[in-house]
Amino acid sequence: MTTTAPAETAVDHNPSGAAHPGPRRRPGRIRRIGLPYLLLLPALLLELLVHLVPMVIGIVMSFKELTQFYIRDWGTAPWSGLDNYRVSVDFDAPVGEALLHSFLVTVAFTLLSVGLCWLVGTAAAVFLQDTFRGRGLLRALFLVPYALPVYAAVITWVFMFQHDNGLVNHVLHDQLHLTDKPSFWLIGDNSFWALLTVSVWKGWPFAFLIVMAGLQNIPGELYEAAALDGAGMWQQLRRITLPSLRSVNQVLLLVLFLWTFNDFNTPFVLFGKSAPEAADLISVHIYQASFVTWNFGTGSAMSVLLLLFLLVVTGVYLLLTSRGRKPADV
Amino acid sequence: MAPPRSFFWSRRIFLTLLTGFVLVPVYVMVSSSLKPLADVTGEFHWLPSRLTVRPYIDIWSTIPLARYFVNSLIVAGAATVCSVVIAVFAAYAVSRYEFRGKRVFTVTVLSTQMFPGILFLLPLFLIYVNIGNATGIALFGSRGGLILTYLTFSLPFSIWMLIGYFDSVPRDLDEAALVDGCGPFGALFRVVVPAAIPGIVAVAVYAFMTAWGEVLFASVMTNDATRTLAVGLQGYSTLNNVYWNQIMAASLVVSVPVVAGFLLLQRYLVAGLTAGAVK
Repeated sequence: MTTTAPAETAVDHNPSGAAHPGPRRRPGRIRRIGLPYLLLLPALLLELLVHLVPMVIGIVMSFKELTQFYIRDWGTAPWSGLDNYRVSVDFDAPVGEALLHSFLVTVAFTLLSVGLCWLVGTAAAVFLQDTFRGRGLLRALFLVPYALPVYAAVITWVFMFQHDNGLVNHVLHDQLHLTDKPSFWLIGDNSFWALLTVSVWKGWPFAFLIVMAGLQNIPGELYEAAALDGAGMWQQLRRITLPSLRSVNQVLLLVLFLWTFNDFNTPFVLFGKSAPEAADLISVHIYQASFVTWNFGTGSAMSVLLLLFLLVVTGVYLLLTSRGRKPADV
Repeated sequence: MAPPRSFFWSRRIFLTLLTGFVLVPVYVMVSSSLKPLADVTGEFHWLPSRLTVRPYIDIWSTIPLARYFVNSLIVAGAATVCSVVIAVFAAYAVSRYEFRGKRVFTVTVLSTQMFPGILFLLPLFLIYVNIGNATGIALFGSRGGLILTYLTFSLPFSIWMLIGYFDSVPRDLDEAALVDGCGPFGALFRVVVPAAIPGIVAVAVYAFMTAWGEVLFASVMTNDATRTLAVGLQGYSTLNNVYWNQIMAASLVVSVPVVAGFLLLQRYLVAGLTAGAVK
């Protein structure tokens, strides 16, 4: 390896001892040690610029009294200490109360959505495990919601949820007569269920895709052996399929949780800038606190609290799921 | 042992219901896009009273759809290419080399996945404005700024998936190339990359879809000239009218390229996930 290092590199780095065999080997080694860092540099720089530095600035902002008057030159905004945090967690006052409500709505929504996505995705993947006629077609069809751009898919749901000319009211009221009068789906309490429906429709194919990939890794002999031992379908599912999918599910559930919890696109396209109270997800809530009421300091404090919550949840989850496994597996 | 009859019944029922759930919005999108405006503003009907391709003609003049389309193509395309190239380098380093800070790097990059986008929306906006003021490079409001932002969105997932994928390419292959006189880049591009094509395609598809569908940053960081489809489609709702038939037609038009691309390449995505994310 070291002999392939071009001679001029050797001269560049070691002008004094280019002829010496020892130093001549060094540039090659330096290049090899530096190489991984060089390869990582673009990724690292971009992550720094777009994620880490903004995050640090966001944390700094959360300690400032940052209203629209200071936004042009945010560095000059007065420090406010922990005021933004105090306001955010004062659950008796309007701002804190609304944040707590939004947080609870988001938790409930996320748990339901992730649970349903996982359940539907897993069932579909298991049912499509065997070959049968139409399997390929169904598999492609099931991926369509995932492939559709969020705004195109959600806007279609908005149309379907319209009060006067929507499909949902047409079916529930006009055709099935389940409701006395057409309901409102995008305002009021129903909006939570509307959001959940759209979220599951859009999200389950991802679970389906991952579980399907995981199923391909289970050796067929396991099922054959189980069948010889007289294990039925349910037993095979419980004793082979689900345990084999454990590590896949751990990653899948965590990713689904983070994506759903942070989702902005779906509620934003569904409801616009201010979501109804029943479906006031935390991302949109913070967006509104920042960009609609122009209080960026409080918005930043809320974002930091959200990040801390996600860090704790992820940490606890990783600890729980890695128990009994080598740390390297995490 | 053959599965019991109840299995086939439950499979049939489940798959039928699920197919219906998946298809209804797709049907609504397609059928409404072929209806005259009067039919989509009145009571909903499953079947169009009269078919028309008028919405497909009108979508281009109601809003500058073609411009938004081009903007989205440029932004998503550039973000995809950059993201894939950068992820290939980073994943190669992590997969093939031992170095200090390797674990810190992977953990840092992966943890950026959990940041709520809203946390760095405003700071990033300020950074772009400041960079613009200091250097004259317009990042805010330009396609460049959006490309830069989007490529980092897909980067963590891409790196993570490619590490897994590269790990599954036998090390002997590129070590042999190194012995034969290839440099590290030769080994990467002549051996590792060709062997990992499915993973790379999967990552590219993911990056493109992420950029094509993003709404939040697109709505804050674009102006009239650089607006992408994600924001532009809102233009079909005016104070007087919501052109639902045109919205559906435009949604279909912007969806077809991604959906078709995704379905064509989905076998790679599954293969990539199998080797990468699902170890």
